[in-house]
Amino acid sequence: MSDTLFRSLLELGDDSLILGQRLCEWCGKAPSVEVDLSLSNLGLDLMGQATLFLNYAGEVEGKGRDGDRLAFHRDGEQFRNSLLVEQPNGDFGQTMARQFLFSTYQLGLFEQLVKSADPRIAEIAAKAVKEVRSHADISAEWVIRLGDGTEDSHERMVDGFDWFWRFIDDMFAMDDDQRALAEQGILADKAALRPAFDARVAAVLAEATLPAAQPVWQVGSGRQGKHSEHLSHLLAEMQQLARAHPEATW
Amino acid sequence: MSKDWPLWEVFVRARGGLDHRHVGSVHAPDAEMALRHARDTYTRRMEGVSLWVVKSTDIAASDPDQSGELFEPAATKIYRHPTFYELPDAIKHM
Repeated sequence: MSDTLFRSLLELGDDSLILGQRLCEWCGKAPSVEVDLSLSNLGLDLMGQATLFLNYAGEVEGKGRDGDRLAFHRDGEQFRNSLLVEQPNGDFGQTMARQFLFSTYQLGLFEQLVKSADPRIAEIAAKAVKEVRSHADISAEWVIRLGDGTEDSHERMVDGFDWFWRFIDDMFAMDDDQRALAEQGILADKAALRPAFDARVAAVLAEATLPAAQPVWQVGSGRQGKHSEHLSHLLAEMQQLARAHPEATW
Repeated sequence: MSKDWPLWEVFVRARGGLDHRHVGSVHAPDAEMALRHARDTYTRRMEGVSLWVVKSTDIAASDPDQSGELFEPAATKIYRHPTFYELPDAIKHM
């Protein structure tokens, strides 16, 4: 039970950590100063969630590791994030496609987790769900504007979404042990969240004049620590300083 | 990208009961995005509870070249300040 809870907390924390790190790559490079701030705010919200989930994961594990230790001193195959969040930023359209898919997923998930029988999970979700509501909202607004924008922005959104359809099942994946925790009300049953996710995505894509989600072969499985090569490069940059100076404080 | 976007003036209400105050401007493609950009740019440190945005070109502004005729005549009319009343001692905070 506590091993399953630990793994599940890593999934929640790692999703936020890795996507937060990805969004930080935009800092100073976004199309405008307003968008730069918007992406940085979003990334920092995700970093805050990661800190809370990973600190709790460390407590559940009981081996003296805190959130920093888990973030900076694990190797790629020990990360439990979904493959979607580790994908490179691409252009702004692709970043917004990824953000919309992730935040829509995360919003449905956290709306359930605020009712978790585990009070710590419920507290973290209650704090985060307001942030996520705004992430889901602003990314949907961008998808609509870019999809229903110029010929160029429309094409870029089509290309952006094309790359990501293959990672949706991976995001929603759960194993039997996790389903047992969901039955106890500790985790959310992600399969039950899928119809609302699909409906919301379809509605926004339609408003954006973008093609509906394509049924494509699904890639697995980040939840089991099997990642794309992109994660290694991301971790190298994120962890390098902490690993070079493991006891440093600032 | 942003150079093609119109400029929006941003007004923030710091607390309930206070007026919206002009705080700056943002570029955005439309009013909805301007509100979101304003939120991310001007209220990320709890500066406000309400936002207004208005397209900068929709603001009619006085001409700086006319400031002489518009504003300087007021300088010699200090009697417009209500400072010549004798206040009873019982009235505080005036």
